Parts: sequence; structure tokens; C-alpha cells
Amino acid sequence: MLELKNITKKFGDKVIFDGFDLTITSGEVVAIAGPSGGGKTTLLRMLAGLETIDAGQVIFDGEVVELDALITRNLLGFVFQDFQLFPHMTVLENLILSPMKTMQVSKEVAIAKAEELLSNLEVIEQKNAYPFSLSGGQKQRVALARAMMIDPKIIGYDEPTSALDPALRDQVANLILENKKLGMTQIVVTHDMDFAEKIADTIIKVNAKLD
Amino acid sequence: MSYITEILPQLLDGLKLTVLVFILTLILSIPLGMVLAFLLRIPIVKWFVNLYVWIMRGTPLLVQLIIIFYALPMVGPTLPRFPAALLAFTLNYAAYFAEIFRGGIKAVPNGQLEAAKVLKLSKWQTIRYIQMPQVVKIVLPSVFNEIITLVKDSSLIYVVGLGDLLRAGKIAMSRDVSLVPIMMAALIYLIFIGILTILSKKIEQRFDYYK
Repeated sequence: MLELKNITKKFGDKVIFDGFDLTITSGEVVAIAGPSGGGKTTLLRMLAGLETIDAGQVIFDGEVVELDALITRNLLGFVFQDFQLFPHMTVLENLILSPMKTMQVSKEVAIAKAEELLSNLEVIEQKNAYPFSLSGGQKQRVALARAMMIDPKIIGYDEPTSALDPALRDQVANLILENKKLGMTQIVVTHDMDFAEKIADTIIKVNAKLD
Repeated sequence: MSYITEILPQLLDGLKLTVLVFILTLILSIPLGMVLAFLLRIPIVKWFVNLYVWIMRGTPLLVQLIIIFYALPMVGPTLPRFPAALLAFTLNYAAYFAEIFRGGIKAVPNGQLEAAKVLKLSKWQTIRYIQMPQVVKIVLPSVFNEIITLVKDSSLIYVVGLGDLLRAGKIAMSRDVSLVPIMMAALIYLIFIGILTILSKKIEQRFDYYK
């Protein structure tokens, strides 16, 4: 279970969060919805360690996580809106880089794990392809697989439908629901309420109270 | 024709020094330029690097050669002709390369660095595995442009009393009162640069495997 207590975040004079609380139960899908500029993505970025948290508490499974340790704690695997696959590496290389370099996993073990993930996500045939040759949906699956390679506690998606064809929206929804069946905790930032209702156990509207 | 075969050895003898200055300058100035480009990202340090780049690009290379060979001995060590020339060329070209690499580093999207960060790569690993490979592809055309300029700039070493290809041509021109030697020197430059151009296209093609 992830608990956020009394989170405060400002950009200069602009208050993004003031005394924000959130509890996410393990295995659930939480959608964070609301118009742009409301801090949805900021929340995700704070949990990934990409933005600092000014004040407040982050508690994971009863243990307080130091605010400046979020980047090293690997709480949140981040799937970027525009995927941010490394263009000069093949799909497989994108996946195995971090485990090999940061977790001292052997290449064989990393490849085995990557291939299993890619198979589950049905992009194994693209393992030796470079990102530019993939479709949007394939890129997203690879980005998800890459995030999962380092065993984060939670997977966070930043606007997973916005860079994709509307027709692919259902595919993304299914992907998230599939992962839920596997027991994964997921946070999905989206401005699309229909999508949020389709996938989420809980929908949190940020910024509604801030206006 | 017999005149051409008569002066060709003199020109080729000069060419040896041209090629030597060219190769050694590249070997020394490209890594130095790369280091300078990364130093440009450190506060305070960057002011010194900017000052350095300004002076190196803002004064004629000819003057820099004169200062290092003729003026430096008044306050510091006396360098033999060739090392003095090499030092001037390296310092000068490193400044140009630093600016090219700075642009290349900036051209790698910030999202790539964030992706590296959430994958727990260290700063150095991010430079080594994510930034550098992408920067190389971005800067190739500009680097080769600079390299081609270097071939012709190398003729400035005459000012410290070294005999290169162009000087051999000029000597023969004055001695024999003929334009043929200088035209032949120009032809040799043209062939040299033609080879470099083909090489640059080949190398650029090798980086076409991704977009």
C-alpha cells in the first residue's frame, strides 16, 4: 500500500499540491484525472523522483520513504507519454541496459527476462528492431516492458492514450487490465474520463479543489 | 610532364607534414572538445570555458601560432616548432569542437535523460550509453565540415618555420617562376578532401540504422 500524506509542491509561486493525501492499495488501478496544468503528471513525476516534493510523507507498505530517496528507491516504473525509448538501441538493448548496468544482472539472465516480458506483451517479434520502426502501440508495450525490467513496486503511465491512435485506446485499456490480473499496482494519469472509468478502481481528480 | 614528376616528390614531402598535423590535431582536439562541452554544463566552470572558446574563436589561428611559438618562451617554456604548432592547433580546434558538441548534447531530448534517470542509470552511465552515442550521430556532418577546414588551415604552420604541402608549392612557384606547383598543391588538397568527403558519407551511412 502506498500512502501520500500532506504533500506540498510548488513551482515558484504556483501551488500545485497543498496538503494532498492519497492512498493506493496494492494491486489496484488508480486513475488520476483532471484537466491539464492541474498537476496530474507532476504527481507521477514526484513519485518517480523526477520532481522534488517540497513537504509531506511518502509511506510504502508501512515504511517511510525519504523524499530525496525516491529516485533510488525504485518505487515507480515510469511509462512516458512519448515513450522515450532509446533510439540508438534495439528493443532488447533498451530492456537489458538498466538491469545489466545498475543491478549487475548477467546478460543471459537479463535477455531471458526481457524475452519473457516481450512475449507476454506480444512484441517479441520486434526484439531486434529499432524503436523508429515500431508502431505507437508497440512502442508503448516496449516502454512498459522496459519499466518493468527493474522490478518497480508500482507502474505509472503518463497519458498513455494521448500519443496513440484513438483506435488503440481499448488496446491500452486491456493492457492495463491484464497487468492488474497479474497483481500489479498501477497509476494512470489521463485527461480522458471515459478511459479512466474503463480501467480504474479509483479515480482521483486532482486540482478540482485547488481552483 | 617531366616538370611535374620533378617537383612532385617535394610536394609529397610537404604533404607528409600536412597529414601529420592533421591527424595529430584531430586525435588531440576532438576528445578535448568533448570534455570542454561537458564542462560547459557545470556552473562557474562554464564561464571559464566560454572565455576560452571566445578567445580561441575570436583571434586568428595565425596569431595563436605566433604567440605559442614566439611569445610563450618569454614567460614560459620554449617549445620546438612542431609541438608548438600542434599545441596551437589543438587548443584552437578544441574550442570549435566544444561548440559543435555542445549543440549536439543539447539536441538530445531531455526526456531521454529522464528515461535514463528513472531506469537508475548514473550520470556517467547516461553520458556513456545514452547521450554520447546519440551526440555522435547528430554532430557528424558538422565535425566533418570542421575536419575539412583543418586540412587547409594546417598550411598556417609555415609561420613557425615548418614546411608543409602549401609551402612546398609556394617555394617551387617562386623558384621556378611557374604556377604549376601551386596548382598541383591545390590538386593534392582537392584529392585529400575528396577522400575525406567519401569517408564522411560512409560513416554517416553507418549511423543510418536508426532515426
